[in-house]
Amino acid sequence: MVPPARPRKLAKVPFVELADGRLQGVVSSGSDIERVYVSSIAAGTYAFACSTNNNRPCGGARGSFCNHIRALVTEAVLQYGARRVARSLKVETADDEATAQTLTAAMTATRPPLDEAKAAAAVFSRFLRHLAYLELAPVTTPLPEMQWFPPSRAVA
Amino acid sequence: MRADLLTGETAGLDEALAAVDGFDDALTEGLLRPRPAGAAALTALAQALAGSPPAARVAEAAEKTAAGAADEEHFVALAAARTALLGSVHDALTARAAEAVGRPRAEEIAPAPGERPRPVNLLLAARAWLSDLARAGWRGIDHEIVSGSAPVISAMLADPALRRLAALLDGFAVELAASCPGATLERVPARRWADLWSRAVLLTLPGAADAPAGGTATGRLLPLGVDLHEHATAVQSQVHGVFEPADGSPSRLVRASVSVPKPDSVVGAGLWQLLRPHMSLLAAVGEGRSVELTGMPVTAEGDLLWDDAHARAGESADPFVTARVALPAATDPVTAPLDRHPARIAVPVFLEGYERGTGEDGRPVFTVAGHPLPVDTGRIPVAGPLTPEAVAASGACVGLLRWDAGTFFVQPLAVERTVRKKTTALHAGAWAAGTTDKAGAKAEKAATDAVAVLRERAGRLLRK
Ligand SMILES: [Zn+2]
Repeated sequence: MVPPARPRKLAKVPFVELADGRLQGVVSSGSDIERVYVSSIAAGTYAFACSTNNNRPCGGARGSFCNHIRALVTEAVLQYGARRVARSLKVETADDEATAQTLTAAMTATRPPLDEAKAAAAVFSRFLRHLAYLELAPVTTPLPEMQWFPPSRAVA
Repeated sequence: MRADLLTGETAGLDEALAAVDGFDDALTEGLLRPRPAGAAALTALAQALAGSPPAARVAEAAEKTAAGAADEEHFVALAAARTALLGSVHDALTARAAEAVGRPRAEEIAPAPGERPRPVNLLLAARAWLSDLARAGWRGIDHEIVSGSAPVISAMLADPALRRLAALLDGFAVELAASCPGATLERVPARRWADLWSRAVLLTLPGAADAPAGGTATGRLLPLGVDLHEHATAVQSQVHGVFEPADGSPSRLVRASVSVPKPDSVVGAGLWQLLRPHMSLLAAVGEGRSVELTGMPVTAEGDLLWDDAHARAGESADPFVTARVALPAATDPVTAPLDRHPARIAVPVFLEGYERGTGEDGRPVFTVAGHPLPVDTGRIPVAGPLTPEAVAASGACVGLLRWDAGTFFVQPLAVERTVRKKTTALHAGAWAAGTTDKAGAKAEKAATDAVAVLRERAGRLLRK
């Protein structure tokens, strides 16, 4: 079973996920409430990308991780725990020492390249799909298969 | 409770589970071209079903699959075979639990096929994905195979009539995605994933997921406790209670469920917040009240198909009084044929006068009349006042009797604890309707803020 996400404040980084071989998510712009940045880091290579939802490249993400990507790592560690983030991104780090800072330092030290995969549109649409979950109707017919998904007190 | 009846051998159980495990290993390696061990396991599965009605179909499916020539119909037959075997395990365990609990049991029910029309193309699309999984095996899954489910799940979620399968596929896909690639996985949860896979395969049969109302319930509902289920993108609460019909007929155990999809970042108290507006029963549970039902639809399995229009709050009702006084005489419902599975066993029980101890794994054990009964405190929701520590220090417990990995255990729904001659009750679902507890209120505030952020983002970005 996958341990549940840990609660965190969502204002700065409303969406984080470990999916498709990447850490990816959406970071709110500090200056424009209509704008968000779509940021990602690829597992293994740490190839990174950051652009706005309108596909403009982020000015901060030219040579290395911008502040959006750093915020993404910080919030991912809050949500999933440092160990799971490290394992997903294939960052070698001593388990008990891993923090968002040590993970970011370990990745930037390898001088990762810009990601050419152009996943921003896919990530943004996954974010919209994620938001759409709030609009789905409840049901009162039983879902017997949810018996396989007990709540977990386990921490990621 | 006769806890002594819960231990010891169950005839035929090991053989049935061995056949299941063999199939699960074959599925782990993939069914595209099974190796000799996998082929032998498929044959053994078919042999375990010999003499039963689907035997011929299962034998053919096993043979074709072993030869690397399976089609989707064959996978359906194999899923049905595995489910039938676990159904027999369920029946043996349920009979034992019923004897231990000593309550009357309802008559068997005939399967009632669903009648609502179904978008068959979505069911077929789901089956195609599940077949891809089966061919690849858990060792062969990667992000591409797993993400193939996304369009099907999105389309299904929009239709509440398909929610049962959609919620299952969604939770399953999230779990598989977190385990990709399968080739480097340290340990494959073979039984669990094969359970989820075979249930999903059977639910792609039109009508299989239906639980039609067999009648209506009019009378008094006395809640016992709340069981919560959650995965990354769905939550369900299930209230267990004793229903006393107004016409004076025997009381019986019923459940009332409400579920809703959710973003994965909504957790803890946020789960209650999502569920709360859709079921007045949760408020009644939080306030310790009974509920008067008038014409509430109910299935033959004892599931109330909740609609607030058929319910109004009743007198106050202490679940521990219900457990002591009303529970022993209530009839246990039977399980629908498709739902017969050991993991589905959740029998309300009341325990007191037990000795408290700790098992080898560090978890609490209640020794009931000299017989140890393990306690699973891991299933207690975090957003509530009930804690593993309170359970370990309790004197009475309302819980669900469950079975996993060869043993029965109790999942506490509520406990009574006596501190300095004062007895207080702690309920897992106490915060279902909100709370004035300090830690609870803080969790509520954090959850409210999280949902507010997501709704604000949705309002700005979703409808563009
Ligand atoms: Zn950026």
